[in-house]
Amino acid sequence: MKPPRFAYHDPTTRSEALALLDTYEDEAKLLAGGQSLVPLLNMRLAQPAHLVDINRLPDLADIREEDGYLAIGALTRHRDIERSPLVRRCSPLLAQAVLFVGHAPIRSRGTMGGSLAHADPAAELPTVLQALGGHVCVESRAGSRNIPAEAFFTGPLQTSLTSKELLVEARFPIAPPRTGTAFIEVSRRHGDFALVGLAAQLSLRENGTISAAHLALMGVAETPIRVQQAEAMLLDQHPAEELFNAVAQQVCSDLDPADDLHASAEYRRRVAGVLIGRALQTAAVQTSEVRYA
Amino acid sequence: MTTQIFGSPITRQEDQRFLTGKGTYVDDIDLPDMLHAAILRSPYAHARINSIDVSQAIELDGVEAVLTYKDLGVAAGPLPLLIPHPALTHPHTQYALAKDTVRYVGEAVAMVVASDRYVAEDAIALIEVDYEPLPVISPADLTDAVAPDTALIYADTPNNIAAHLVQQVGDVDAAFASATHIFHRRVQLDRSSSQPLETRGIVARFDTFEQSLMVWDSTQGPISIRNGLAVLFGLPAEKVRVTSPDVGGGFGGKMMLFYPEEVLVPLMAMRLGRPVKWIEDRLEHMVGSNHERGQVHDISIALDADGCILGLRDIFVHDTGAYCPYGIIVPQITACQLPGPYKLPAYYSDATVAYTNRTPVSPYRGAGRPHGVFAMERILDYAADQLGMDRAEIRFRNMIQPDEFPYDVGLTFQDGLPTRYDSGNYPAGLQRALELIGYERFREEQRQARTQGRYLGIGIGCYVEGTGIGPYEGAYISVDNHGEVHVATGVTTQGQGHQTSFAQIVAAELDIPVEKVHITTGDTQRFRWGIGTFASRAMVVAGNAIGQAAIAVKEKALKVASSILEVAPEDLELIEGRVRVKGAPARGLSLAALSIASNPIRYAYGASAPDLPAVLPAREGPPLPQGEEPGLEATRFFSPPHATFASGVHAAIIEIDIQTGIVKVRKYAVLHDCGKLVNPLIVEGQIYGGVAQGIAGSFYEHMDYDDNGQLLDASFMDFLMPYATEIPHMEVDHIETPSPINPLGVKGAGEAGCIPVAALMAAAVEDALAPFGAKVDHMPLTPDEIRKLAQSQ
Amino acid sequence: MRENNPQEKRLIQLRVNGVRYKQEVETRWLLSDFLRHKLHLTGTHVGCEHGVCGACTIIVNGAPVRSCLMFAVQADGTEILTVEGLAGPDGALHPLQQALHDHHGLQCGFCTPGFLMAIYAFLQDDPDPNMSDDEIREAISGNLCRCTGYQGIVAAVRHVLAQRAAASTQAEASTVVGGESA
Repeated sequence: MKPPRFAYHDPTTRSEALALLDTYEDEAKLLAGGQSLVPLLNMRLAQPAHLVDINRLPDLADIREEDGYLAIGALTRHRDIERSPLVRRCSPLLAQAVLFVGHAPIRSRGTMGGSLAHADPAAELPTVLQALGGHVCVESRAGSRNIPAEAFFTGPLQTSLTSKELLVEARFPIAPPRTGTAFIEVSRRHGDFALVGLAAQLSLRENGTISAAHLALMGVAETPIRVQQAEAMLLDQHPAEELFNAVAQQVCSDLDPADDLHASAEYRRRVAGVLIGRALQTAAVQTSEVRYA
Repeated sequence: MTTQIFGSPITRQEDQRFLTGKGTYVDDIDLPDMLHAAILRSPYAHARINSIDVSQAIELDGVEAVLTYKDLGVAAGPLPLLIPHPALTHPHTQYALAKDTVRYVGEAVAMVVASDRYVAEDAIALIEVDYEPLPVISPADLTDAVAPDTALIYADTPNNIAAHLVQQVGDVDAAFASATHIFHRRVQLDRSSSQPLETRGIVARFDTFEQSLMVWDSTQGPISIRNGLAVLFGLPAEKVRVTSPDVGGGFGGKMMLFYPEEVLVPLMAMRLGRPVKWIEDRLEHMVGSNHERGQVHDISIALDADGCILGLRDIFVHDTGAYCPYGIIVPQITACQLPGPYKLPAYYSDATVAYTNRTPVSPYRGAGRPHGVFAMERILDYAADQLGMDRAEIRFRNMIQPDEFPYDVGLTFQDGLPTRYDSGNYPAGLQRALELIGYERFREEQRQARTQGRYLGIGIGCYVEGTGIGPYEGAYISVDNHGEVHVATGVTTQGQGHQTSFAQIVAAELDIPVEKVHITTGDTQRFRWGIGTFASRAMVVAGNAIGQAAIAVKEKALKVASSILEVAPEDLELIEGRVRVKGAPARGLSLAALSIASNPIRYAYGASAPDLPAVLPAREGPPLPQGEEPGLEATRFFSPPHATFASGVHAAIIEIDIQTGIVKVRKYAVLHDCGKLVNPLIVEGQIYGGVAQGIAGSFYEHMDYDDNGQLLDASFMDFLMPYATEIPHMEVDHIETPSPINPLGVKGAGEAGCIPVAALMAAAVEDALAPFGAKVDHMPLTPDEIRKLAQSQ
Repeated sequence: MRENNPQEKRLIQLRVNGVRYKQEVETRWLLSDFLRHKLHLTGTHVGCEHGVCGACTIIVNGAPVRSCLMFAVQADGTEILTVEGLAGPDGALHPLQQALHDHHGLQCGFCTPGFLMAIYAFLQDDPDPNMSDDEIREAISGNLCRCTGYQGIVAAVRHVLAQRAAASTQAEASTVVGGESA
């Protein structure tokens, strides 16, 4: 399984990269970590005339705190996210989720930008972005814009990026104090894409009521979906098992997943409900734990 | 005496090169001027080929040749049918490249030879084939493939039935008529395949000066390949050499004569006068290398009031895929091994071998035994449950007893010889397995777990495995004048540690360090008679040939020494690589010296030459007596009278998360009997690997075909092989009931690990989900299916 | 050379197992193929070419990587360690290689280089030597083995972890014995 021919470009500046995208548009594919794209090339399922390797672009790999967001450059490797004390402090949910991305060698090369732009409906990082209501910053020759998560993921392996645009950064709202998180996946083998998975984050006020709830599911729809109805049910309540079960039931009945080789729609619906209950329970327990930088 | 080497769990001689990346697998071979091949494979499961246009492909720079059926020349005939059988009334094999019809997705249609594989694949993409789709036989229910009104894959093969094999013992009708209890079950195992980490591959080079063909092939049977190629290309066999280099796993799928590429690559090497290499990629392997495991059984059992078997009737359909290159070996083995360790006074087996528009089927580790065991163990479990009897108890009640050997099952085994169990102790095996798994205390554990909302289940699986079939294997052993011992045999190695275990046999006999014994397997230039490594036979058949050859070398050493030392052979002993006089150990000669002395030329050379007397005793008669040969060497063959029967019992405790259907194996125990163990470390390694494949076949691996014969999980993304996280720790214990029919007393062990796993996992799932009335008749199971089982009532 | 099928080439420089290489390579050539067929380092194996089996795992700039999912041109300027670079210059086996041997952690050997490099990388992170078997299995998941059932591989990793724990206890003990605080 060898890749087809392509014209290879490895720009060293952002403007070069954007110029290439501007010229070649959908004849070009961006190569970041390659962990999703290269298998497709090897299987000749993708046959782009132009391959734009952005690994040499400077200033696209960083992790920093800015304006209440955890800003992560598009070329930041999962491996670096995994090891970052800043990520652990600012977004424990992201720190948990990244451990589920494939296996270590995949995480050495895979990038935040690549994962988001590839937009697999069962992928971890898109789900976290969706859950937390983060956004991506994209650039083109025409300028730059921010796209919130809910507008970014438009379908399976589809985003609202145009072919002239380069995702340069992802921003995750920083978790407030008294926040607990849970990231759960049900997969057939360790490291596989999830059959069903979810990202959950709960934050409490001093009086113990829920000040913020973030819940997103993966593997149950064409994109990771944020379950805002469930979040609304949780807001201002005290964490409690009955509440979580009610939320789970509600979510379950609203889902409309698809059948595939590995699991039926029914399975995904039911298991989503199970995971919600478990995740909320875990997150609630965690809210009382202190986090260190 | 040195420490007991035979039976010792020594670490392996061959590891160094594998650990340091210096193994030579077929894709590691890089020859000057070498070309690379790629195959165009059918995307349709059944289609007529109206035309093939290769004009664009051939024009592509870097392409040396493009081949379709019309270019095959001497290779245009159908590929051989291995192991014909009278019941195989409608055999069909494919052509090296499809002639006018393709019958499975993956069937080879054209071949490109180019400067590298990248370019070859570019050329493949430029070949235009005009296919006319035909009706596809790829039903969800295998029995539909042979239903009366089903479309035909072959016009001359009614109902798509390749063979119908009926075997019976005793009077089954009478047994059922007189039975107190009759139970029936329909059970099914689904397709999977060997999936070694190394895919197939072949490199061929024709030396025009020597007029000789050299082939490196990752095959399990190079001698047959060599003989077949010699005949096909009209070359003297001596001018064809086929070698299996280091092979990265076989598990049955690399045992064929021939896969198309094994003909095409040498053909092109000869035509182009340049070496040609073809390495299968994983996507090709999914559809282009043989599958196995698909069968559906209707099994009925007749029992008396005590739960003892009076008779068994098993009617099954076996999926052979689009062709049957390997005859009907797999269903034959299923039929013969289904009875297992139990006494079946009457047994009726009816096998229908069905063609489907899917990849052809040939043995995959277990080779039909997992299917037979699945059917037998499932019906026994069901019967036990219905009778309110413990599942282990019904097995004890029906087992052949240790004093009932030899036990004739009454059927003809895959080697055409009687299925006659030679030795074993099945009750002791079951007892030990139950101890290992903690059977007694499990019920209480299970009960307690249920109070906590946890679902644990236990399953046991018993099997008997015919191993060590003939017809024969051979070995050549020679001692060189450094005292190094060189052994060559025709079987091959794909990880079984033959370089060590075979060496142990020789080292034990000659009483030398195992490091001094050098084993070559699978090179027709080094040994040209034999068949190959498959069917758990290498240790039994080749091992015994090696043992016999080693004894012959020892005898010769004593004889030569006797002549030089002028002492009768009975007064000599071979100790630590030296033949010495009993009671006077200072008088002796090393094997190296004897090797020199055994060649009665006038000049003795070699490091050990000075050990020999300067003047050898004068003797009457020719220096090389009539009937003798020079050199300290021997060639021997071993041909077993019939199979020797290994056995075992596995047991496992699993836990099921009933809300997600995810299974965790909490404990896994194996009781194994393969007679005498040459190297327990290696045997256990084989068991662990087999169990892992068995677990894979229970919960992960599954060839998912749709109605159009398309393989839906055609890569490792969707065809799931287990990682370390999916496989449990395994405990293994052994019973040794030596084989009475071979000198070493060994039985085969290569396939044992996977045989009972699907059966016991099905049992364990049922047991865990008993509160829900779960019944498992079909493996593998997905988490979705397991979750549903916990919903039923 | 190839007029109607032009293959663009780039000159790349990299260090593999401490040896400097400078070679032209076609831009679409995978790093796995480059190592195996251009540098003739055939120890790195190819099992699937879609990133699942791990047989092609190598170390690039200190991190484990699937060489079948990288283009050779992307390795320009990198430091690579493959299985051929694990043993000492005198041929002495790396403790990990020795452990796999001692615990029968290999049979056909095809997955072995990938496992060695993946485990090597994992050990670099100084994992907790008291980790459970389940945790060891998680650490080595990502590499497929079809022969061993993983039993010997897990045992080998367990052994190496124990060795490292013993070594560090010894090191601590000797610093204390030295009388000065470390």
